[in-house]
Amino acid sequence: MMALVLALVFWILAWACNIWLSASRWSDGWPVRLAVPLIFGITLLVLWEGLVRGLGVSPVILPPPSSVLQTFAASTETLWIDFVQTVVKGALRGFIIGMLAALVCAILIDRSVFLTRGLLPIGNFFAALPIIGVAPIMVNWFGFDWQSKAAVVVVMVFFPILVNTVEGLRASDALHRDLMRTYSASYWQTLTKLRLPAAAPFIFNGLKIATTLALIGAIVAEYFGSPTRGMGFRISTGVGSLSIDLVWAEIIVAAMVGTSVFGLMAWIERRVTFWHPSHRK
Amino acid sequence: MRNLIPILTALGALLLIWQLAVAPMNIRGALDIAERGGAQITPEGSVPRRDVSVWRLMAENSSYVARGYALDRPRLPTPAQVSLELWKTTGAMVMKGRAWSKRSLIYHGWVTLQSTLWGFLLGTSLGVLGAIAIVYSRTAQLSLMPWAIISQTIPIVALAPMIIVVSSQIGVEGRGLPKAIISAYLCYFPVLVGMVKGLRAPEPSQLDLLKTYDANGLQSFLKLRLPASLPFLFTSLKVGIAAALVGTIVGELPTGAISGLGARILIGDQFGTPLAIWSALFAAAFLAGMLVTLLDLVQRIALRQMGAQA
Repeated sequence: MMALVLALVFWILAWACNIWLSASRWSDGWPVRLAVPLIFGITLLVLWEGLVRGLGVSPVILPPPSSVLQTFAASTETLWIDFVQTVVKGALRGFIIGMLAALVCAILIDRSVFLTRGLLPIGNFFAALPIIGVAPIMVNWFGFDWQSKAAVVVVMVFFPILVNTVEGLRASDALHRDLMRTYSASYWQTLTKLRLPAAAPFIFNGLKIATTLALIGAIVAEYFGSPTRGMGFRISTGVGSLSIDLVWAEIIVAAMVGTSVFGLMAWIERRVTFWHPSHRK
Repeated sequence: MRNLIPILTALGALLLIWQLAVAPMNIRGALDIAERGGAQITPEGSVPRRDVSVWRLMAENSSYVARGYALDRPRLPTPAQVSLELWKTTGAMVMKGRAWSKRSLIYHGWVTLQSTLWGFLLGTSLGVLGAIAIVYSRTAQLSLMPWAIISQTIPIVALAPMIIVVSSQIGVEGRGLPKAIISAYLCYFPVLVGMVKGLRAPEPSQLDLLKTYDANGLQSFLKLRLPASLPFLFTSLKVGIAAALVGTIVGELPTGAISGLGARILIGDQFGTPLAIWSALFAAAFLAGMLVTLLDLVQRIALRQMGAQA
């Protein structure tokens, strides 16, 4: 009971602290912008720990964060093997193949108005479909190892990137295109110097959506068969054998990978599209 | 409408590619079955054939290529086989008066649709409430917004098997609730982001005008901010419902599910009946298309009622 009370007290204090910080005169500075969400996150963890300990929740149902961290520290070797299998072999390779295929297809489609009109609505429709359902088919076609996971990832990331790139290639200003024409620029010069840079914000939008999809695809595809390693394999067997804290440790890895890849994408985006209004200071 | 001919042409081309791809995909299976039936195949035996390319197999055994289009358990079924299977599990069941039988995709689609709608409702309410909190409270904006973004980079659907096992241990009957939680998690984010943008859409001068009318906070919310946010809301609802459907189907994939389109995919995988997988996939695609089209229709009607130019 003590833990529960302590957690609740912490919660109220942290809440008051956040209200005070965000009303204070430093509230636009970066320390406050960083501190407030951090305090909020830590509060959630403390509440979780307090609730689990205070109410005596069985660790089979919901382990406290502290024991998840212990498991994480104790099984880094397993987690690393799973990370390599799922993220490096499955998701990353699939993401790169899918991205290149989508970019090339988008540039090809864009050359013909007819194809753009025909394929863009279909691509939009496919991007909204639960494509993850092809996972068992891919496992059947490409076997249990990472190839089938990469194939699922390719199919999943292809359509969002394709649709966004085609949209982006149409985004360049008619005036700018006319200017390129008065320079007597060739198709490729217009493409590389005007239209691809103008499409970059759209392309990055698609890439950011695709990073999360790639992780989901690689993990879920492992539910349908995988060698005895991989994050999806560990999660589905961990649930079966009730080692829930190992499952949570895998979730932490997935969260860290997802967040850092997304952050990396956003960083590259800021570097490439520094001219875009949303990044101007 | 002027897009109709290009779309139909593209669809036709995709169907043609699919139809043509069936031959190389199924040639090995077709040859194995023909050989078991006593036919002469070159090279003999399915193991030596593994090292030969499908193109050579097709050239050397051209009379058996057509058999690949009529396999019971094809690696890649033909469009005709998939449509026949779809008809057998939907229309034909209705004609026999067994639309709610456990073998009917209408029944499984209904199960999936229910969870999707519950998750959609839950996720949309969370998203709208979160957006209101973020727009009106700076504390909420500072503490919630970064976590909302981070939450979407975590592949939570990976948690699906655990959410299902845990909720059954806590004593929640059935899979409806856990599936709805997963789809709500996927669909709240687009709604939250769209609504924050929408509620902030009114210009300061418009808000000032309401202040000169002596409108209180609730009035300016109901009469200005909420109507101004509707176009944004509908756009994100369309993204949200598609995401909710993905969440439900992933929630149905882990072992043990018996009803729902995701479970049909899983069962088709376990029993080696590719036709069941493909027909469930197409049913899911149909469901997604239907839901998005429906929301699109509601959006047009609602915006027209509000005087927007469609």
